[in-house]
Amino acid sequence: MSEPLAPPAAAPAPAPSPAPLLELADLRVTFATEEGVARAVDGVALVVQAGETVGLVGESGCGKSVTALAVLRLVEHPGLIAHGSRVRFEGRDLLALAERDIRAVRGNHLALIVQEPASALNPVLTVGSQIAEVIRAHQQVTRGEARRRAVEMLKAVGIPDAEQRYGHYAHQLSGGMRQRVLIAIALACRPHLLIADEPTTALDVTIQAEILELLDGLQRQMGMAVLLITHNLGLVAERTKRVYVMYAGQIVESAPTEALFAAPAHPYTQGLMAAVPRPDAPRERLAAIPGQVPPATAWPAGCRFHPRCPLAWEKCRAELPPLLPAGAGREARCWLLADGPHVEAAP
Amino acid sequence: MSPLRRAWARFRRHRFAAAGAVIVAALAFAALAAPLLAPADPLAQPDPVGLQNQPPSAEHVLGTDRYSRDVLSRLLYGARVSLGIGAAAALLAVTIGAGVGLAAGLASPGVDQLLMRGVDVAMALPRVFLILLVLALWENAPAGAVIGLIAVTGWFRTSRVVRAVVLRLREAEFVQAARALGSGRMDLARRHLLPHLAPTVIVSVTLDVGNIILLESGLSYLGLGVRPPAPSWGNMILEGKDQLFSAPWVAAAPGVALLLTVAAFNLVGDGLQDAFDPRRNR
Repeated sequence: MSEPLAPPAAAPAPAPSPAPLLELADLRVTFATEEGVARAVDGVALVVQAGETVGLVGESGCGKSVTALAVLRLVEHPGLIAHGSRVRFEGRDLLALAERDIRAVRGNHLALIVQEPASALNPVLTVGSQIAEVIRAHQQVTRGEARRRAVEMLKAVGIPDAEQRYGHYAHQLSGGMRQRVLIAIALACRPHLLIADEPTTALDVTIQAEILELLDGLQRQMGMAVLLITHNLGLVAERTKRVYVMYAGQIVESAPTEALFAAPAHPYTQGLMAAVPRPDAPRERLAAIPGQVPPATAWPAGCRFHPRCPLAWEKCRAELPPLLPAGAGREARCWLLADGPHVEAAP
Repeated sequence: MSPLRRAWARFRRHRFAAAGAVIVAALAFAALAAPLLAPADPLAQPDPVGLQNQPPSAEHVLGTDRYSRDVLSRLLYGARVSLGIGAAAALLAVTIGAGVGLAAGLASPGVDQLLMRGVDVAMALPRVFLILLVLALWENAPAGAVIGLIAVTGWFRTSRVVRAVVLRLREAEFVQAARALGSGRMDLARRHLLPHLAPTVIVSVTLDVGNIILLESGLSYLGLGVRPPAPSWGNMILEGKDQLFSAPWVAAAPGVALLLTVAAFNLVGDGLQDAFDPRRNR
């Protein structure tokens, strides 16, 4: 872009913070189902800065995985990313890119790890060739060079005898090994952002810890950002700097991790935390959030959490709260945070 | 061990399939080596009066027909026709079927519907009558035309099966994962779908060869396939049917050959199916 420009605009935007690596705004994904239109993701906005680790937590069915797929534009029929949704990655609007250009982004600067190490590898191709495939898809390298780098990646993710493992098939590897291979595939092109969707859910606890250590190490080496999608609050507490909490297709709270765990602002987040077993506070029964996540075809009117919220009052039933400021760098989608007469109405 | 090699190991343990494979191999060899193996020229009529309808003997292992031609020689040359047309038409049919199935499975729902409803309509057409009609109107149609007709009317089932496999694979996690890593449609088809289609396609071809050999023999029997005097199993049976009681070997030899061949191909097809999908077994 070397156009002979007019002199730079006199007043640049006032002190812009560095452009975020990933920025979602008003992301909406709908699925046309027989029960009606499911608004699986309904106006999600979130930001990931370069190099940071951000958590996205929520129950099954809250839309977090669909959000991940939507970022890579992998939502398939009957799913639809609504007009007006914005996904900006490294300054580009991914939703506006041509199919060829989005393919060049996927797996290259923006990579995704999915939950199922058992089925995410092609059973009839050697694991090594699947790593080499990604490298060759995005970089002009010879077969030999791709192979060399694939072996290097296998070593980097801590697989012994990498040379031999290159020629192995998925069924010859353990679950932990497969997850390592998937990480090797995802990181083969040194992405700037890794979206890890429940990266350890399918693994034993000990293997989980190993995989997370590995990811941490590689993240520091490569300086990439990670968007960690999980239902596991422990994982979020340990590994992330900031958290988004998702409920019923929307972000209901966002906060720095420490602040969130110190004092959750949204009743849903409070419920989630109360539902985590704690060895230091023995209880008869684990606290549970009453009720169930409503189906995505019929989100409740007003605040979507109100049917399950112990603090709900008329306003919550009538009107959907916006994200309201809840302290330094925090927001929560709850009327309790709106000052005014309503506060007294809360029990 | 690669999945193909494991399938091969399972196939070799399958006794009936192995027997079928030996028969198919023997037939293929006999067809290819017919000029070397045949004791006589299949068209030669050395003595139409003195040597007609000779029963099997040392000189004519399978006897002679009513024109004094050597039945074994005609059988061997007939194998070239049967196997050649069978293999060529089956390969062509499966290629078309796999292509259409792949396209339908990967295309947008609209294109998919269009293709598959077209296949539905085509499957409703009576295949044999269609072929008969064309061949009856097209006098002296070359072998290529017979192959083409059989293939063009024989790919529908394959396209459905292939489409079904593609639709299932499309949802497979590893295909999604490959898409998430930037694979394009062609990459997906080539690297991730084709290897998984190989079993379906190979089984399809094998079973089709048997059926097509039968079909071609039927056409020749009706006098519409391979024209006399060139030998084919179908027209040999046709020529032998009038002397079924006086000279049974003339019709029996190609009849038994046909039976063995079709059975062998079916055994191999079944064996391959089991080898590729051991869970199906029993």
